[in-house]
Amino acid sequence: MSTDPTGFDPDRAYRRSPRVALRPEPFGALAYDFGTRRLSFLKTPTLVTVVRTLEEQPTVHAALDAAAVPAAERPAYLTALAGLADAGTIEPRESL
Amino acid sequence: MTEPNGVPTQLADPAAAENDPADAAMVEEDLLVEEVSIDGMCGVY
Amino acid sequence: MKLVEHFKHGLTAPICLTWELTYACNLACVHCLSSSGRRDPRELSTVECRALIDEFQRMQVFYVNIGGGEPTVRADFWELLDYAVDHQVGVKFSTNGIRLTPPRARRLAATDYVDVQISLDGATAEVNDAVRGPGSYDTAVRAMGNLADAGFADFKLSVVMTRQNVGQLDAFAAIAQRYGAQLRITRLRPSGRGAEVWDELHPTAAQQLQLYDWLVARGEKVLTGDSFFHLNALGSAPLPGLNLCGAGRVVCLVDPVGDVYACPFAIHREFLAGNVRDPGGFAGVWGTSELFERLRRPSDGGTCGSCSAYDSCQGGCMAAKFFTGLPLDGPDPECVKGHGERALAGVSAAPRSDVDHSRRRTAVPLSIGFGVPAPAPADRACDISPLAGFQPTP
Repeated sequence: MSTDPTGFDPDRAYRRSPRVALRPEPFGALAYDFGTRRLSFLKTPTLVTVVRTLEEQPTVHAALDAAAVPAAERPAYLTALAGLADAGTIEPRESL
Repeated sequence: MTEPNGVPTQLADPAAAENDPADAAMVEEDLLVEEVSIDGMCGVY
Repeated sequence: MKLVEHFKHGLTAPICLTWELTYACNLACVHCLSSSGRRDPRELSTVECRALIDEFQRMQVFYVNIGGGEPTVRADFWELLDYAVDHQVGVKFSTNGIRLTPPRARRLAATDYVDVQISLDGATAEVNDAVRGPGSYDTAVRAMGNLADAGFADFKLSVVMTRQNVGQLDAFAAIAQRYGAQLRITRLRPSGRGAEVWDELHPTAAQQLQLYDWLVARGEKVLTGDSFFHLNALGSAPLPGLNLCGAGRVVCLVDPVGDVYACPFAIHREFLAGNVRDPGGFAGVWGTSELFERLRRPSDGGTCGSCSAYDSCQGGCMAAKFFTGLPLDGPDPECVKGHGERALAGVSAAPRSDVDHSRRRTAVPLSIGFGVPAPAPADRACDISPLAGFQPTP
């Protein structure tokens, strides 16, 4: 897994960026960033759930737990989330 | 049906694409996020 | 499964779509894909347009490309633009620049979720005005200057590639750079009035190769609307994009009277899916029209399916085939292997659309008839120039 240059920290609290529209599809979801005009395809419903529930969870790891992401798939999910953070689709939030 | 040769504008893991294109396609399939250019579909002005 | 595979089967809503707001236009470009000129008296009202935007919002259509005709000649254009962006529908509008005054440009630069696309088909007035009419080059350049002065970064300069301008690709890139814009080049289709000038205007086979090579070498920041995937078989590097016809699957057209077509290059009864005034509205047309259901079924490529290039070109453009009289399950008229040219030899007649809002349909020499027509008694309200009473600011 590549080292993360952007400061993505799965022990922090995150949320979907308010500039991003998430549109469910049968195969996952389309995420459109109104600010950057970039369109992403989230390929699994589980990843969509994680992105949606980040807001309610204290850390990224907690969101992955709550969504029951199997241990074997966690690296892939963390890589995906790091990429989304890099793109601005998800962003750190101040957790209470 | 064979896989069409569409190339997304940005892979979530760019390093992987520097290898053999076949490997890149496989890695792409494993990635959970695919980026697409909004201007990259035909039929809009 | 890759996203492009899902796209082929259609989505629950378009990702984006083209919305032609009016058939009225101050210009009379020879290749106009929508055969625009005269306003249609059945145009959607302001109230109907707002209701349509509400539907786009509910369906989460991410953005609309508003065009026409010239969309800014509608008095309610600016109000509708604001309504859309206030309701989570991004807007890019295509314009010849006629109403992009400095105050308008400043207002746009301050508005989020709006993009502007200026049409220009020649890097010089000589080449451009031959297609778009006298003064149109100056109008576009003035608008670009206004946008740049207003600090509007990265608006789009959109060029339709023709035999006459393929040699100007570097010059177009320079113009875009000068105004802080992004260059966009797209394919000429034999649609609308384009059918009449297709033979003289479409790039030659040699020019197609020139264009492809230029895109591969210098097209990294150039948008193409994915309109050149029919050229992919020319080389081993596929052009960026989905290389997919999005018509009826990912995108569609809503025209000024609410008719929904598969795409803006296919304004013909054959590709008419329904009307937004139908009981189910736009959502009903998108979700249940028989035409769109047909387009979303997997196809085997027809006679192209066995060609080694099919994976790259996907059989080309449906509209290009239709309006040159070619069968949809065969080669594109500009097939880089020459299959299209051979097929064209067997064509006796090509379909014409009865949707035609061109301002003059009598046989007059091509050198007159551009621009704002001289005042003349109108027999119907829609024959009056859409710019009646308009005073351009100096």
